[in-house]
Amino acid sequence: MGEVILTMKEIDKSFPGVHALDHVNLEVRKGEVHALMGENGAGKSTLMKVLTGIYSKDSGTITFEGKEVDFHSAKEAQDAGIVIVHQELNMLGHLTVAQNIFIGREFKKGLRIDDKKMNEEAKKLFDRMNIDIDPKETMSKLTVGKQQMCEIAKAISHDAKVIVFDEPSAALTETEIDELFKIIRDLREKDLGIVYISHRMDEIKVITDRVTVMRDGSYVGTLITKDSTKDDIINMMVGRVIYEDPKTESMVPEDAPVVLKVEHLKAGHMVNDVSFELHRGEILGFSGLMGAGRTETARAIFGADQIESGDIYVNGKKVTIKSPSDAVANGIGYLSEDRKRYGIVVDKTVAENTTMACMENFMNGIFIDKKKEREIAQKYVDDLATKTPSVDQLVVNLSGGNQQKVVIAKWLTRNSDILIFDEPTRGIDVGAKSEIYKLMNQLAADGKAIIMISSEMTEILRMSDRIVVMCEGKKTGEIGIAEATQENIMNMATREIE
Amino acid sequence: MADNTVKTTVKKESFINKMGGQKFIVLLVAIALFLVFCAASPGYRKTTTFITILDFSYYIILMGIGVTFPLITAGVDLSIGTGMVCYALVGGWLIRFHDCPTGIAMLVCVLFGMAIGVLNGFLVAIMELPPFLATLCTCMITRGIGSVIVGGFGIPWPTAGADNAWYRNIFKLTDGSTIIPIGLVWMIVIVVIMSFVLNHTKIGRYTIAIGSNKEATRLSGVNVRFYHILAYVICGFFAGAASISYAAVVPTVQPGTGAGFELEAIGGAIIGGVSMSGGVGSVAGTFAGVFVIVLLKTGLPFVGLTANWQQIITGLVLIGAVLIDIIKTKREQIK
Repeated sequence: MGEVILTMKEIDKSFPGVHALDHVNLEVRKGEVHALMGENGAGKSTLMKVLTGIYSKDSGTITFEGKEVDFHSAKEAQDAGIVIVHQELNMLGHLTVAQNIFIGREFKKGLRIDDKKMNEEAKKLFDRMNIDIDPKETMSKLTVGKQQMCEIAKAISHDAKVIVFDEPSAALTETEIDELFKIIRDLREKDLGIVYISHRMDEIKVITDRVTVMRDGSYVGTLITKDSTKDDIINMMVGRVIYEDPKTESMVPEDAPVVLKVEHLKAGHMVNDVSFELHRGEILGFSGLMGAGRTETARAIFGADQIESGDIYVNGKKVTIKSPSDAVANGIGYLSEDRKRYGIVVDKTVAENTTMACMENFMNGIFIDKKKEREIAQKYVDDLATKTPSVDQLVVNLSGGNQQKVVIAKWLTRNSDILIFDEPTRGIDVGAKSEIYKLMNQLAADGKAIIMISSEMTEILRMSDRIVVMCEGKKTGEIGIAEATQENIMNMATREIE
Repeated sequence: MADNTVKTTVKKESFINKMGGQKFIVLLVAIALFLVFCAASPGYRKTTTFITILDFSYYIILMGIGVTFPLITAGVDLSIGTGMVCYALVGGWLIRFHDCPTGIAMLVCVLFGMAIGVLNGFLVAIMELPPFLATLCTCMITRGIGSVIVGGFGIPWPTAGADNAWYRNIFKLTDGSTIIPIGLVWMIVIVVIMSFVLNHTKIGRYTIAIGSNKEATRLSGVNVRFYHILAYVICGFFAGAASISYAAVVPTVQPGTGAGFELEAIGGAIIGGVSMSGGVGSVAGTFAGVFVIVLLKTGLPFVGLTANWQQIITGLVLIGAVLIDIIKTKREQIK
């Protein structure tokens, strides 16, 4: 770690009714990877937006390279050498890699844009980063991981001195994360200051030098990563202790009836001859690498994708599922990994979202019975401990964890007995995560049957009674929780198929 | 296991590549249509018919090239049809009633078009009205302005042979009995120039970038508002230019007409591979696509189908073109 390059001191920022940042401090040194942690809504993003001029601060000082600065736009910050690699990638899918990297500052030859020179410069950049991407490739054809590399290349080409990574690993596969870390270490070598925002505790331990923790808009403290434990950090984040005990044995009674039976399911090339059984009161974990076909299996069972062949039995009766409404009628509910796109209607209220899957129960003639709707919504807000000022709140204003609870309420209102949770805690912070876990266990204890698709090994091992492992569209293994280990699951997840 | 992934990627690649060559396919379709009509009807394969087809294609081609730019920004310009008629009315009115030199009147047409383009751009890029709505309003406004200015009467531009009818020579050189459709040459020159603008200049690059991801473009420090407005100004410029070629082929420019012309231009652009969702499109593709529309329009009557049938068939062709666009996008998303 070198000298201090960036200091944010006593930063204060209020929005109408919200004290978003309460005298927050952050210090970044050259050649350091500095983690910025905190639950959703802790103020991390706001702090970074203040840093890069998207929001103006109410008070406090920002010192960059020894001088006090006050940026008024992302462009100004960028020109000074502070760049954010955003969580949602800001790429232009229809343009090439090189055109993306140099957007807004193209090389020109007379009137003409000099694409050749841009390609060469991009190539040089990639060579320096030791990554192999063709600058002439269309951006949308690259994998998410590669696209992120391009974003980083763009940041570097701006001659950045401080790079902020906002949850960079959220959409990456294991190998891509390894590559990302290689590049980050490389940048550290070159004396850049890195701010790394992430929820994943194990990453923080691997890649960062120091951790600054925020909670509810306040600065909690800064730790040296190697001198602190995971629990230290979590305690600072949530201000209370969370126990992450893995399940050691199945909680399902031996004689629990089979509520869902899938036989030789085939749908597209991602779901190939998948069979399994799901018992009442069981949490069945679906593990596997990205692209293993787990989500596709869930979508096929839910009728979102066409089933080519195979049989589905619900409570022992063979059913035909051609569309989500067939699935819903059979008591199957699906909680998508992409909540914002498929799970909730963000600009509707909690109450409206709650009754969305079974409007017909809340009709009074041709009118919607608003009173009844709000009653049931309130019941689930209470039951699930959803944090919302009222059931009339728009869902868009809730945090990720609470949005997830609204989706759960929706399916419970529908009386679904089979719930498919697809990455139930993606983008949800640690505190809310354990609440979702508790809730899932409660649901299972109440007799619901749950399929849980998860890419997080700890989640699979913590929650599942039994685990199905998939690889390349096929089921490669099934194992009870008592026998399951990280190693044998990984083994099955990467098994070669003859 | 790796085998499987690689294979599927390759398969999709080739499909997309094939679709990337959409403008080439469209060109083939246009040629095939032309040959079919020629084979089916002796009346169609006459030089005079060819000349007429070309005469009535220029204004659609010009509008099509123009509207390609707003379309690529993921917008649209519905005002070009009525706008074009409005500019032609104003130009003709200046020539007829104010002894305005033809050249000046033509300049006014183009400037008027650009002014409406600025208005459209302002409404869309600055006031953030949905392009469909904003340009639907200017469509109505231009139709009204044209009628108001000329007082509701049809206006003929100087007819062939008159002193100030030189503007007709821009599109068609008449030397005794030989007629040279020189306009086609200009159209090709314009296609080449605008292809260059779209593919190799900042204007084109940012037009595509806005259609691809406007916010990301803005965050990259691009003056998004300026380039977004510019797309509509380019469109307005071409609507103005189209008004001149339109005035050259119709006996009288009638106020209150022009609605529906924009759909021929937009339809041509879409057949030519411009994506309604933005970011994708080419000037050459639009050129070929407009020809498909023009050939259907001119050819179907020759094989005994009335104008009503022509509308139905053109509509069906458009559905087909949009479906191809949707399927293409879906395939890409699956990846």
